Amino acid sequence: MNLILRPVAAEFSKILTTRMWWILALVLFGYIALIAGGLSALFGGLQNGSISPDAVNTGGGADLSTLGTLPPLIYSFAASVGYVFPVLLGALATTGEFRHQTLTPTFLATPKRGRVLGAKTIALFAMGAALGVVGLAASVGIGALVFSGFGIDPLLADGETWGLIGRTVLAMAIWAVIGVGLGVLVPSQVASIVIVLAFTQFIEPLLRFASTFTQITADIGKFLPGAASDALVGESFFTLASPGGALLTSWQGGLVLLAYGLLATVAGYFISWKRDVT
Amino acid sequence: MPIGAVIEFTNITKKFGQVTAVNDLSFAVEPGRVTGFLGPNGAGKTTTLRMLLGLVAPTSGTATFGGLRYRDLPQPLNTVGAALEAASFHPGRTAAHHLGVYTTAAGLPRTRVAEVLHTVGLAEHATQRVGGYSLGMRQRLGLAYSLLGDPGVLVLDEPINGLDPEGIKWIRGFLSSMAAEGRTVLVSSHLLSEVQQSVDDVIIIAKGELVHSGPLSSLDTNIAPQVIVDSPNRDALVTALTEAGLAFTSGRTGLIVAVPDPGRVGHIAFTAGVELNVLHRQKAGLEDSFLALVEGGESL
Repeated sequence: MNLILRPVAAEFSKILTTRMWWILALVLFGYIALIAGGLSALFGGLQNGSISPDAVNTGGGADLSTLGTLPPLIYSFAASVGYVFPVLLGALATTGEFRHQTLTPTFLATPKRGRVLGAKTIALFAMGAALGVVGLAASVGIGALVFSGFGIDPLLADGETWGLIGRTVLAMAIWAVIGVGLGVLVPSQVASIVIVLAFTQFIEPLLRFASTFTQITADIGKFLPGAASDALVGESFFTLASPGGALLTSWQGGLVLLAYGLLATVAGYFISWKRDVT
Repeated sequence: MPIGAVIEFTNITKKFGQVTAVNDLSFAVEPGRVTGFLGPNGAGKTTTLRMLLGLVAPTSGTATFGGLRYRDLPQPLNTVGAALEAASFHPGRTAAHHLGVYTTAAGLPRTRVAEVLHTVGLAEHATQRVGGYSLGMRQRLGLAYSLLGDPGVLVLDEPINGLDPEGIKWIRGFLSSMAAEGRTVLVSSHLLSEVQQSVDDVIIIAKGELVHSGPLSSLDTNIAPQVIVDSPNRDALVTALTEAGLAFTSGRTGLIVAVPDPGRVGHIAFTAGVELNVLHRQKAGLEDSFLALVEGGESL
């Protein structure tokens, strides 16, 4: 048991003895709090009439009042917007080992390299879940507060809300595993960060949007990691904003997302992790 | 007291693509002695040590500690302590946290962190981020890492690089005391003079091949000694030596004659009636033997 527990404890220690985890947690909280707070105030104001619908440009799209139940939508921002943070944490944890040449002392202490990568995956899964809790503290905490202010039921007594919260934590945990996988696939830290930002902020949203144009591409588009994540969580602003987009079921989405993380990690193990450390 | 194991390299070879970095190297490193692993930069020292530690996979051959490969050691840090290049740290982590991570990974008691930091003289910098460390302090931290498991074998790659004179003196005493306790100590360097005072045995490689191994004293006799001679009337001496058919070159302190026997040079001067004010035999230094071996290796 020590054979895996010790490396896992060491991986936690690596993350917690540098500043990156709490910087990311802080920015995640602020970012989600801003979006969740702002949009819940906007929608809350629209719903109770304190903001006139005429004052808002809805882009000719769906009437805001039909966007489903508001609170789960706002709460889901923790994952649908915040998922880039666990990916970054995972990618930095892995690429940092290459960049700072800490693979040398790591592999000297634990020569079984697969064990080290497994330990890192487990530790980052837990750290991703923790980031999920931070993101939810912002989206649910701030969102529910604002909804209550507008006299809208924040649905905190609803079992479905808590289901969403649990699935969000799981999604964020898996995203951190995807980050580890990306980090071993692309050990260059700069390249990894650029890929994370470009893919999550630009390429994937574009692909998901474009895939909704035909039925065939939509069937492929629902397997994109972001779409799989939204399917797992069950609510997302993005899926509501592109009504043509198809989604997997929740458990399918979770499995697809996990497959991305594990496949990338296993491929990365052979591409970079097993290589000579020079 | 930890007992050192024998390090054994058997026909170890490493090729990077077409380039052979290490070629069919075989030698053993005995416990209770400090062994210098010498060769110019690029000779393959670091690659050889990394193969020994399981960080680089050999193309062929094996390297073992008491018969076991590094990755097969049940508790590697308790058996072998290694310090490689001085840059294997996350700059944002403190020295104590850096060591703490690997103490956890190896299941060693946490008290070892403070103990080894004290041993290498970094106790008062334990909570400082490594990014602010000088090269010498990083070297000491690398050494501290190698000592975490109180291992019977120490493998140190260029441990003297970047140390100040006080640090150099300290590490020489440290290496000798580790060997005196019965540990196996393998220290690489590209300068013989750096380790000359502390090593008992030397292993010299050049271009990835073994060119010499044996006790330090075995380097002594490798080059023929020369005679240094000078005269107040150097022109007359030059004429006398030329007439006697001896090859010589001009040095700073006189003429350097390529014969081992000062008597013969003295006799030539005496018969030519040249007054001498310098006449002695000069043994080539160990460094000269080392350089000759290494350059000889390069011409292979």
